[in-house]
Amino acid sequence: MTSSYQLNHSDHLLHVLFDEQQKSLHISDAAINSIAAQLNLPRAQVESVLEFYSFFHRDLRGRFDILFSNCTSCGDLELMHQLCERLHVEAGKTRADGLVSIDQTSCIGMCDQGASMLVNGLTITSLSGEIIDHMAGLIESETPISQWPATWFRIGNNIRKEGLLLASSFKPGAALKSMAKRSSDEILEEITASGLKGRGGAGFATGMKWQFCRDAQSDNRYVICNADEGEPGTFKDRILLNSHADAVFEGMTICGSVIGAKQGYLYLRGEYRYMLEPLKNTLQQRREEGLLGSDILGLGFDFDIEIVIGAGAYICGEESALIESIEEKPGIPRIRPPFPVTQGLWGKPTVVNNVETLVAAARIVLHGHHWFEASGTWQSKGSKLLSVSGDCARPGIYEYAFGTTVQKILDDAGAENVQAVQVGGPAGRLIAAKHFNHCIAFEDIATGGSFMIFDESRDLLEIIHNFARFFAHESCGFCTPCRVGTTLLKNGMHKLCGGHATAHDLDEMKCTAAMVSRRSHCGLGMTAPNPIRDGLNYFPHLFEARLLHQEMEPEFNLDASLEEARKLTHRDDAEAHL
Amino acid sequence: MSNKTITIDDIEVPFEEGQTIMDAALAAEIYIPHLCHKPGLSPHGSCKLCTVDVDGRAVSACTLPAAEGQRIDNNTPALNEVRKTITQMLFIEGNHLCPSCEKSGDCTLQAMAYHLGMLDGHFPQFYPQRELDASHPTLVLDRDRCILCELCVRASREYDGKDVFAISGRNTNRQLIVNSATGRLADSDIETDDMAAHICPVGAILIKDHGYEIPIGRRTFDLHSVAESDLGEIKLSNVRHHDE
Repeated sequence: MTSSYQLNHSDHLLHVLFDEQQKSLHISDAAINSIAAQLNLPRAQVESVLEFYSFFHRDLRGRFDILFSNCTSCGDLELMHQLCERLHVEAGKTRADGLVSIDQTSCIGMCDQGASMLVNGLTITSLSGEIIDHMAGLIESETPISQWPATWFRIGNNIRKEGLLLASSFKPGAALKSMAKRSSDEILEEITASGLKGRGGAGFATGMKWQFCRDAQSDNRYVICNADEGEPGTFKDRILLNSHADAVFEGMTICGSVIGAKQGYLYLRGEYRYMLEPLKNTLQQRREEGLLGSDILGLGFDFDIEIVIGAGAYICGEESALIESIEEKPGIPRIRPPFPVTQGLWGKPTVVNNVETLVAAARIVLHGHHWFEASGTWQSKGSKLLSVSGDCARPGIYEYAFGTTVQKILDDAGAENVQAVQVGGPAGRLIAAKHFNHCIAFEDIATGGSFMIFDESRDLLEIIHNFARFFAHESCGFCTPCRVGTTLLKNGMHKLCGGHATAHDLDEMKCTAAMVSRRSHCGLGMTAPNPIRDGLNYFPHLFEARLLHQEMEPEFNLDASLEEARKLTHRDDAEAHL
Repeated sequence: MSNKTITIDDIEVPFEEGQTIMDAALAAEIYIPHLCHKPGLSPHGSCKLCTVDVDGRAVSACTLPAAEGQRIDNNTPALNEVRKTITQMLFIEGNHLCPSCEKSGDCTLQAMAYHLGMLDGHFPQFYPQRELDASHPTLVLDRDRCILCELCVRASREYDGKDVFAISGRNTNRQLIVNSATGRLADSDIETDDMAAHICPVGAILIKDHGYEIPIGRRTFDLHSVAESDLGEIKLSNVRHHDE
């Protein structure tokens, strides 16, 4: 539209709210009004954004604001309780002296690094009981985070198996230089011929997406890199952004030149804030080397990239919700059609590609489609980065050609006595041992890259319960089936895991799961019931074993239902319990 | 007249380019249940009452453009069962106490429940705690009854030329907020005559000092089903009383 729609990084509502949260430890009513005035936005927009993203708070948080991941792979809530006890603070509440607040958050993408947390937005991994004790001391003495042991903040790559993308080196600008004598038609043809499909999980043909966007009538277009890697158990984009950022940005730049976009955005999940500065530096370096900016490498096109950083909302990984988020709004998925390729960011044709897709695109332009096609299967060309975590000896990044079996991956990772594997994260599929001969491929088991292993020692129902809580928490709440249904499913799993469910409750969960899958507005709702559905299909005995087997089965836990009455009357004595 | 058609429950329905399935259906006097849709305001697609199956695929009739040859299932027992479940979800996530609500009998949610044969909430109640805003001299905002349809949000923006309401928060914590410096309705620029003050399909936004002027039993949906009143053409021969 007009230049006023161009974002200024420091003026983006999400960034302004983050700064205010850091500075004042909450967003006050007065701050909402002043931010609205400063950015010339309606107050209700500021308020709705602040209430939507879980890293913003209206109530005061501690000077040390700690969020423990509650992911089945990078979370350990025992450690959270330990820290709470040490610091005499209740989870979810700020200590009276304002020193510390401790809470949980959805997966922070550190699943190969052991138990992890965010402290004032920064990531600490490989937590242990000793570290927690040490940390409690540092917090009590109000030692600034900059003086905490630097090793705590170190995050390794854990690349266990390199393939097509990770094994070959990439010199910044190499792919762009290779475009010198080729038209954008030829570049697009290269991408199309490679058979590259979107690596986020949905698998839409990348060449076709670029083509649709290029063909849409418009005076302006955008490229967005979806780095909102929020699917629990996924961390492969973290590695790409950490060690292959040039290839990511080069992929965006190539896309920009093909579709005729001048501006790109990288939408980085808030949990990866620690990578913001290095990524900005890479961008600056690319500008200095003439790989971004005007007339890039004398190829006759202009392109630049800005980073927008999220604030704790899984749904923003959905492309239209992500676009809403860049537009400084709550991340509510749009009505489709129209699709982003025709009406995306600020109504303009927009390509939204996954980080891994863009890295692959840059490599394809450099090496040619034959190089890419040689790997994979007939319908799934190339390789896939898998984020392997959970119960195995060697968690980390594994790059395989498509067509690799689940069993092979389990063997490589050193997984034993495997009960089940969650492929593609909670939104993907729960795979039982009898299906370990299946392959990672779009035509068999499609995945965005999450591969969570659960051995026989795990309580699979608690895992499914965890996933149900995740979806109820992350549902944007726009449509009725998902908003209410995910909470009903969470409550159903809670009841089951508490040993209070009856066979009737399982039937109810089945019905609700089917309805939410089929009738929801977007992919979140459509996939949210997957773990429960797969669990009931492949592990029915686990569900049945947890049921109340009595003649007369109470529909609910009477004592627990009196909790509110106890709170209201300030009683917790024996007489107030059944 | 366009010669393009879609088929809704075996009835051929003409449509014009740009119309949604809902537009075409309403024009042909075919009722597709809906709560968040109102002709004249931009379609929303959030309540999902209008879910239909187009060539086997579940879609919202209010947002999907009609396209030549679509075969649409609408008024089927299975779909009405889904809609009943959605209506039950809307009831149990809020605090809907019909007997004490001024809107009873004029409430589209309640009428929808009758229309779909809903006899109970089915699911355990959520009993949310939501804030009431009685600050405005002539209007009251009772969030307990809000179903998040955003009709008031859109009416204010698109019809009244204001921006009084918005939806804030996420998941079951979503709630209607007021776009004023204090967040209170009294400090907004809403006026009693605004469409936004009258469009609420439930009793979440009510006009003060006008209670029970039409007695229970003689209200809109006491006399007509939601399908009739929504089609705007009330066929007297077909009037169905609530106690029949």
